[in-house]
Amino acid sequence: MKKEEYLDLYYQMVLIRRVEEAAIPLYQEGKIGGFLHLYIGQEAVSTGLISARLPQDRVITAYRDHGVAINCGVSADLVMAELLGKATGISKGKGGSMHMADVEKNFWGGHAIVGAHLPIAAGLALGDQYQETDGVTICMFGDGATNIGYFHEALNLSKVWNLPVLWVCENNQYGMGTAVDRASAVSDIRQKAEGYCIPNEVVDGMNIMKVRQAAERILAEIRAGKGPYFLEIETYRFQGHSMGDPERYRKQDEVKQWEENDPIGIFRHYLTSEKIASAAELDQLDQKAADEVKAAIQFAENSPEPAPEELFTNIYVDN
Amino acid sequence: MTRITMREAISQAMWEEMERDPDVFILGEEVGVWGGSYAVTKGFYDHFGEKRVRDTPISESTIVGAAIGSALTGLRPIAEIMTINFAFSAMDHIVNQAAKLHYMFGGQLILPLVIRTVGGGGRQLGATHSQTPDAIFAHFPGLKVVAPGTPEDAKGLLKSAIRSNDPIFFIEHATLYQTRAEVPDGDYITPIGKSKVHREGRDVTIVTYSKMLETSSKAAEQLSGMGIEAEIIDLRTLRPLDMEPVLESFRKTNRAVIVEEGWRSYGVGAEVTARIYEEAFDYVDAPIQRVAQKEVPLPYNRTLEQLALPQVEDVVQAVKEVL
Ligand SMILES: Cc1ncc(C[n+]2csc(CCOP(=O)(O)OP(=O)(O)O)c2C)c(N)n1
Ligand SMILES: [Mg+2]
Repeated sequence: MKKEEYLDLYYQMVLIRRVEEAAIPLYQEGKIGGFLHLYIGQEAVSTGLISARLPQDRVITAYRDHGVAINCGVSADLVMAELLGKATGISKGKGGSMHMADVEKNFWGGHAIVGAHLPIAAGLALGDQYQETDGVTICMFGDGATNIGYFHEALNLSKVWNLPVLWVCENNQYGMGTAVDRASAVSDIRQKAEGYCIPNEVVDGMNIMKVRQAAERILAEIRAGKGPYFLEIETYRFQGHSMGDPERYRKQDEVKQWEENDPIGIFRHYLTSEKIASAAELDQLDQKAADEVKAAIQFAENSPEPAPEELFTNIYVDN
Repeated sequence: MTRITMREAISQAMWEEMERDPDVFILGEEVGVWGGSYAVTKGFYDHFGEKRVRDTPISESTIVGAAIGSALTGLRPIAEIMTINFAFSAMDHIVNQAAKLHYMFGGQLILPLVIRTVGGGGRQLGATHSQTPDAIFAHFPGLKVVAPGTPEDAKGLLKSAIRSNDPIFFIEHATLYQTRAEVPDGDYITPIGKSKVHREGRDVTIVTYSKMLETSSKAAEQLSGMGIEAEIIDLRTLRPLDMEPVLESFRKTNRAVIVEEGWRSYGVGAEVTARIYEEAFDYVDAPIQRVAQKEVPLPYNRTLEQLALPQVEDVVQAVKEVL
């Protein structure tokens, strides 16, 4: 990788972090409604993965989607405007935090029914296979999602049809308040892929370089026609499941311990110790991200509400 | 015009559209090698090959989900759900995904998708395999629900559905597949979202669709023998519901009977009746009658099953009530 690329990855991670940190008070002030699931702590996962994709590769994820949107190239302005429900939001204010997509950027959404987007991802991959493109679909989901039937149906089909799909389980240790081993008979989640004869491995999701390298290698394999692959990425969410989580299910010590493995801190250390970038350069990027978020909030706040007529648009294509 | 069965009409619609557009393909359980569990896709696998006629595992959610995903990439999948009773296993993908993705992402996602399935009672298959839950699917904005009652409409509506850019839930009726009628030759399409006057009459308006079109037509014949001329409106599409021909007819006859095979509670009859009262109250000369399935899980025993299903005599009786 060239230096600019390293810096870009660092910038994306910091930008996601700042956008979400800014969202917290906006939520508390009531400017953001509904559910708000933060990605803080998991930034290395989607940043590493998506940075390894080619433009023809599709990305689809669950409701914890702000970071994924930004990694796919959606601007902080449009993410923030969607959070505020504005007409300028990436989904025109009709989707909210959990439902962001940008088809132009091959980002097929944020999906809020746990696991339901896995069959859809199989279909996206089928589309590429049918049309004989070399695109790969990257489908991200949580550890909790591996317990719903859709997961099993979709993995099975992907193997039966040899679909070009990379299944990515972001194992952040909990589905809401339920620890993996309290919900999954197989606590070593990648074994579930083994059950469908899908090649698989576990990667450290706090280290972006490891995620990136694994993704590059695996995407190339899938592109070469080797069929589906399953990545379990070990990670942790530093915040609650969503805003207002009482967090009775985990100890503060545990959170602290993981926070010491902050993916941004780890990457920062890597960049400086490998002499890829100086601390001053990285500080500059931190400042740039803070400025961009400030501008995004301004953009979102100044944006218009959707017009009442929008209520009845986009129900059907053919009227 | 050529006389063909409903099965042939549906089969021809898909065959012609697959010949016309290489992006159209079929996926579902037993659609390929077997030839379709109702033989609707017989011969397709040999002609179009396994890429375009895809046998799936028994995974209803994923049949619909994969159809959605591939539709998003620009393909035009026809997903077959073996019977409507199994569509409940795919309910999330039908009502939470297909019906909502276009709207929820501000119009960015486009799903040119057909879900074909077959419902209806009367074949002694017991309660889990005999349902007519059409109204449930028609409840959701974002989905279009089509249920033809004649071979001509089945062919024209299915071709429209395949060419449409919206998700269409297409409900066939298991006991109509052998129904034979004239169908126009060559390529034609029938617009979705348009009800139709199926039989003209001056005395009473019967509103119905699918299998009950046949039942209602038989009732109309009997009534005609008694000097009563019923006008029959075939809804054809349950969502979006086209009330215009219904209201026009009702303003003429001032009396209506709504006939559906599904249960009465919260059903098609409830919806159509309410709309007539809302939009043509001044024209009401008698309380509107509904004919529907008895409120029981459909039993296996032939006599009991027929007791539960709406019969020609029930329609005749209901018409007499409103006159
Ligand atoms: C089908 C379904 N059931 C329940 C929920 C409520 N719910 C939302 S998130 C969640 C936990 C999911 O955990 P996981 O898949 O590990 O993802 P994470 O939140 O950890 O990213 C649950 C139960 C839902 N949205 N969909
Ligand atoms: Mg989780």
